[in-house]
Amino acid sequence: MLITCPYCGPRDVIEFTYQGDGNRERPDPASQNFEAWNAYVYDRLNPAGDHNEIWQHSGGCRAHLKVVRNTLTHEISSVAFMRSDHGRGDHGRGDHGSAARRKAEDKA
Amino acid sequence: MVERQSPEPLSPLEPEFHVGSHGNFEHGVEIILTETRPGSIVQLAAWPGEEKKLIAAIRTVTGLALPDGAGGGLSDGVKSVFGFAPGKFTVADEAEGLAAAFAKVVTPAIGTVTDLSHGRTAIRIAGPKAEWVLAKFFAIDFALPAFPTGAGRSTTHHDVFAQIQRTGADQFDIYVFRSFARSFWKALCHASEEVGYEVQ
Repeated sequence: MLITCPYCGPRDVIEFTYQGDGNRERPDPASQNFEAWNAYVYDRLNPAGDHNEIWQHSGGCRAHLKVVRNTLTHEISSVAFMRSDHGRGDHGRGDHGSAARRKAEDKA
Repeated sequence: MVERQSPEPLSPLEPEFHVGSHGNFEHGVEIILTETRPGSIVQLAAWPGEEKKLIAAIRTVTGLALPDGAGGGLSDGVKSVFGFAPGKFTVADEAEGLAAAFAKVVTPAIGTVTDLSHGRTAIRIAGPKAEWVLAKFFAIDFALPAFPTGAGRSTTHHDVFAQIQRTGADQFDIYVFRSFARSFWKALCHASEEVGYEVQ
């Protein structure tokens, strides 16, 4: 399975670490709402299809990524930085190298 | 402040560093291996939104203007710089004192400077089979259009980090952890045996 890191380009899954379900919403740390905490810790959608996930490119640029992976086919339909400012133009590295180039070539 | 005297850098490769031709070299040497031993290796990281200031600081200190693009970099043969993560850069210089020079320019509001001069070992692999040998180690595309000259890549070999910069059409500088450098060097020598290699 290949994951196309927005910074590094396509890399083998061995370079990535799964950081869990991307659908969870962490309650406010001061929250006393036990149902919300229970849902955060235990409830999972477990879909047969597209699934929002968090991955870290731990063997590369170490960025945390929002990934949409199909649990039936392992097809990765979307990869983005968790930090929105990593992708901004004023980041100074606006063009994401080979990944962006490949995208442009695909369109051409 | 009193300028600290830098300790004499010792190569971790020394017991396994055998100058000369090795392996299957009867039909010619297709790989040159060497240790570049830069005087300074520095890692720079910008706080979010401060990346352009850090890139300007790199230009001020090294005179190298980073190209746009993730993993972009360049080398003038003495100094080298490349991006390896969003807002993070590795800079190497043949001379010592790069970290002190950056510390004057990269203020705490811009980002951080980490001196890795004694923490990393820089190994250079060159020759017509350099791409081919490296492809045995790393699952990344080493072809020139995908990995242009000057560019850097951050990847792993057996879960151990390696940063690779292409410093020529058939030349790569690999920065590995000093404590893993000898083992990596031995593996690189073994992998180069079948095409014939020379240690310089």
